[in-house]
Amino acid sequence: MKITTRFWISLVLSLPMLVEMILKPLTGWMLPGGHWTMFVLTTIVMGLSAGPFIQSAWASFKKHHSNMDTLVAIGTATAYFYSIYALLTHKQVFFESAAFVTTFVLLGQVFEERMRNNASNAIEKLFSLQAKEAEVKRDGQFVKVPLDQVVVGDEIRVKPGEKIAVDGEVISGSSTIDESMVTGESLPVSRQTGDSVIGSTLNKTGTLTFRAKKVGGDTLLAQIVELVKKAQNSHAPIQKLTDKVSDIFVPVVLIVAIATFLIWYVLLGLNLANALIFAVAVVVIACPCALGLATPTALMVGTGRGAKMGILIKNGEVLETVNDVKTVVFDKTGTITVGKPVVTDVRGEQDQVLQVAAALEENSEHPLAEAILDAAKEKQTAYPAATDFQAISGQGVAAKFNGQDAFVGNTKLRHDYQMDEDLQKEMETLQDQAKTVVLVGLNQQVIGLIAIQDTPKETSAAAISALKARGLKTVMLTGDNQRVAQAIAKEVGIDQVIAEVLPADKAEQIKQLQGSGKVAFVGDGINDAPALSTADVGIAMGSGTDIAIDAGGIVLVKNDLRAVDQALELSQKTFNRIKLNLFWAFIYNVLGIPVAAGLFYGLGVTLSPEIAGLAMAFSSLSVVTSSVLLNKTKITSRAMQTE
Amino acid sequence: MVKIIVLLVGLALIGFIIWWFFAKHETEQGTAEVQADQQSIDVEVKGGYSPETVVLKKGVPAKINFTRRDPSSCLDRVVFPDFGINQELPKDETKTVKIDTSKAGEFQWACGMDMFHGKLIIK
Repeated sequence: MKITTRFWISLVLSLPMLVEMILKPLTGWMLPGGHWTMFVLTTIVMGLSAGPFIQSAWASFKKHHSNMDTLVAIGTATAYFYSIYALLTHKQVFFESAAFVTTFVLLGQVFEERMRNNASNAIEKLFSLQAKEAEVKRDGQFVKVPLDQVVVGDEIRVKPGEKIAVDGEVISGSSTIDESMVTGESLPVSRQTGDSVIGSTLNKTGTLTFRAKKVGGDTLLAQIVELVKKAQNSHAPIQKLTDKVSDIFVPVVLIVAIATFLIWYVLLGLNLANALIFAVAVVVIACPCALGLATPTALMVGTGRGAKMGILIKNGEVLETVNDVKTVVFDKTGTITVGKPVVTDVRGEQDQVLQVAAALEENSEHPLAEAILDAAKEKQTAYPAATDFQAISGQGVAAKFNGQDAFVGNTKLRHDYQMDEDLQKEMETLQDQAKTVVLVGLNQQVIGLIAIQDTPKETSAAAISALKARGLKTVMLTGDNQRVAQAIAKEVGIDQVIAEVLPADKAEQIKQLQGSGKVAFVGDGINDAPALSTADVGIAMGSGTDIAIDAGGIVLVKNDLRAVDQALELSQKTFNRIKLNLFWAFIYNVLGIPVAAGLFYGLGVTLSPEIAGLAMAFSSLSVVTSSVLLNKTKITSRAMQTE
Repeated sequence: MVKIIVLLVGLALIGFIIWWFFAKHETEQGTAEVQADQQSIDVEVKGGYSPETVVLKKGVPAKINFTRRDPSSCLDRVVFPDFGINQELPKDETKTVKIDTSKAGEFQWACGMDMFHGKLIIK
């Protein structure tokens, strides 16, 4: 029988007794049939609604276990069987206690079940984002096939308003795509040939054709779902306490209840019925459900919420550690900066300088070459093809441009090229700004300079000031030279710079920083694995579909530093909610048991078993509700407000 | 006189509770049967798990078949925190949980409320 059915049976049968309880003192009205009617009603409640509690309690008793059912079963059965004895010997009965307690406990369970389903829904919602089918090219024709038949390498066409089926790379067309469901990024992003697209995101404006790169369980969404599932079922260290408590809790409560009865009945000489009522109230109020639900429900809601914002928190342990973090260490390239050098200044005759540089760099694979070509493309500079290429390692490229000798590179490649004083000065100024300067030479004359720099992301400064506002120390850890690092640090407001660190030594540096409190490291997850795992909390940033999902304790889907602050905020809120839940769950028992035992009888404060049942139902309910409300709390990072 | 008898019975009951719940009692242990590169074991869920300790062989794909006979909603989910498994167990239905046995070790599983525990040993 379902819990809901059991609840309704017990509610309907308890109602007449409730009406009598209220009306009797006022009007003297009594149930027709008196105590015998109560006996019949309660017997049905005990059989149908409370029966399963008793079955379950007995089954676990045989295995030397006890649980909340043990308490409910003993509480209601004691009240019920004593009342039968009282009925036969014409004493005061309390059938209604057994019926009401059953009703209230079931009421709590009905709500709790609903709330728990609510809390675990987040994940299923994520999966429901998936497209059901895709338009795939088969034998030269685009045909609709179900999602599970899409294989890696398929060409897939998506029209505006359709969902992208799997992860892939655009091979033709361009469009804007709403990726908010996966990355949490609220603005649509534009995607064109060569860009990667994420499965389950929504194509807005144009038609795209892309090649499937990851399908099934390999897609970003599938991996996120897997990660969140694990996180939701993980344990937080704070739970260890409740694990221990729950093991011994029920037997201890039973002992307390027996002691309560003995003290009232034997020592204080109260009558049997009232002494029993105290004992039953103790058993009923002490149910440890709320304690057991406090952490898992909050974890579930918190991590689910994070996933929606593109913040994947791996487990409860990470969530708890984040709260003690004192220092946040950042990798520079790709984390604080865009990770892609761009041309910031061109000195000399702009067009000509770019022309020569682009022509020479055309075939180079150096990252600086890419920056120069991008700049030429942006300025729509046309350039002739150069000939006689000569790549000189560590220096640059030399070639013939329109039949004249030309070069692009650093000062070592300048040889006997002429360079006027103004340019010389400009070069020094640019270098002081931590820019990499390349010289462009043509026909024995240095005709200009190109300054290239990896610039900070637009959002980095705001993100770092938000972290500082939290009282955290910010540190930049980079292999780049001191001057470049210092300039970037100054621009975004980083407190401390540790530059010229070899990749292998990054972990060592983090260990040193750990001397003054817990450290979080933010890196791109691909090159920074040792540092990520050494730090107390590793925060891996992703971009596109290439997310090293195993790398960090927290994975940010979006390549935006402000998410670090959001992740901290979310972890803090979730952990505080866990603490609040545990506090309430404990307080119920700590305060409830003495009151139920009749400790404050002298003051006129007692707790009847019915009220105890209601309080118990309410305690589980309040804990679950408080967790679900975590979905509604504001997670607005300071960095977001400055937008 | 009645009171003294009640007192003695009460104290005896307390003693019994302490012995029954806190003294060491043997737990049931079960080893999965290996058949054609697969191993599986049935676990009955009734007032706890029987067997309560499940032993699996490392490296062989494993299935644990849970059948809930207990009406308690306490036991309506089985959670393996280390494996990210949170399986609903509708009453009287057998639900299979697949375990990744690539890592050896001892793992806990528990009911949804973390009141009942079971142990998984992979070796």
